[in-house]
Amino acid sequence: MREINVNEIIPIVKNLCIDANYFIGKDLVAKIKEFYVKETSPTAKDVLDILLKNYELAAENRMPICQDTGIAVIFVEIGQDVHIVGGDFTTAINEGVKQGYEAGYLRKSMVNDPIIERKNTTDNTPAIIYTEIVAGEDLKITVAPKGGGSENMSEVKMMKAADGIEGVIDFVVDRIARSGGNPCPPIIVGVGLGGNFEQSALLSKKSLLRNLDEENPDPKWAEIEKIILGKINNLGIGPQGLGGNTTALAVHILTKPCHIASMPVAVNVQCHAARHKSIII
Amino acid sequence: MEIYLETPLKTTDLEKLKIGDKVFISGTIYSGRDAAHKRLVELLENGKELPFDVEGQIIYYVGPAPAPPGRPIGSAGPTTSYRMDPYAPALLNVGLKAMIGKGPRSEEVIASMQKNNAVYLAAIGGAAVVMADSIKEAKIIAYEDLGPEAIREMKVENFPCIVANDVQGNDIYKEGVKKYKKEGF
Repeated sequence: MREINVNEIIPIVKNLCIDANYFIGKDLVAKIKEFYVKETSPTAKDVLDILLKNYELAAENRMPICQDTGIAVIFVEIGQDVHIVGGDFTTAINEGVKQGYEAGYLRKSMVNDPIIERKNTTDNTPAIIYTEIVAGEDLKITVAPKGGGSENMSEVKMMKAADGIEGVIDFVVDRIARSGGNPCPPIIVGVGLGGNFEQSALLSKKSLLRNLDEENPDPKWAEIEKIILGKINNLGIGPQGLGGNTTALAVHILTKPCHIASMPVAVNVQCHAARHKSIII
Repeated sequence: MEIYLETPLKTTDLEKLKIGDKVFISGTIYSGRDAAHKRLVELLENGKELPFDVEGQIIYYVGPAPAPPGRPIGSAGPTTSYRMDPYAPALLNVGLKAMIGKGPRSEEVIASMQKNNAVYLAAIGGAAVVMADSIKEAKIIAYEDLGPEAIREMKVENFPCIVANDVQGNDIYKEGVKKYKKEGF
């Protein structure tokens, strides 16, 4: 049994919130450069060029890449031999988010009530926290700030087994076609297949955590990711929806077994500012 | 084409703009997004005065990040514009000349722009530090309680945009996609 004090967790979450918002991953920069070479629209090339400049400036000036510094989505893998001490775990995570968004000059984008009141909570809490118990005595924390513009273009559909893989591909491509320039393309398309209604949505979000230089470990799904990516980039939407060949940088699929009667499909759209930072304590 | 514009905008400035033109704006612009638009349109519906004169002006759909020390504003890229579509025609009808945001507009807004000789300019979503660099001053002039959604008066220099809807009713989001769409699925 290993003890971890919540006071150790707070500054870690704080720093992850700041780092995720200031420093884009090298994998994303490499991917945009790769698509820049293939892009045929001059306007699209200009846009990609400005995005690259913006990532550099954000890191240099220590400012958030995007003003929408997101809802703080936090994935925690807790080793079953870890004992959290010194206070409440959820409170500690939220305290870290609060401190990070304040100290990092990050925008507070949470409202207290979804419909009636919609009053800003002023510290970007509550975070959305997913915990998973795993083997061992490590604690892994991932902070993935998620902007509203791309999240709004996401969707879950309960499909029929008879719709087959073609049905799934058509649904995903159509979801992106209907999104147009709204989610800040070039996007990353997270697809969750299987499980049930809510697990498919979580799978689609989790798929976005995979680095862009990593292939899907299952060659069958790696192939389908390539097929969907090709179809999406044939839509012509392009960076910011202004037309071009670079609509999506990648499609990521995660799957789970499901019920004999169901075929849940979830699409979680991620803007080009695909931010996530992890640490293992 | 690269065009330099100063605010307040004149109809003669706007008539020559074509979709795809690169525009650099200098002068005063105003920020406003979802919650502020709701309030502005409620004022108009009740026959009350707006907190600023929109005649010839530009509203930038932005909710900036807080200003770090030594800077007038934090990261300040555009937000998605369709959420302001229900409110935009009412403001265009009272003299608003341009909106800056990201993503396509509704048919109603495009028709209203055509009717009112106004334009929609696309800023680059997620290029928020680049945008912030061309904002030289910013102050809240209304709705401070809305936090990032408050209305700010901002002095900009060569603020970069792309013409997305011109006064002739052309739409880059339709034309651009048409041009680069490939068949085969």
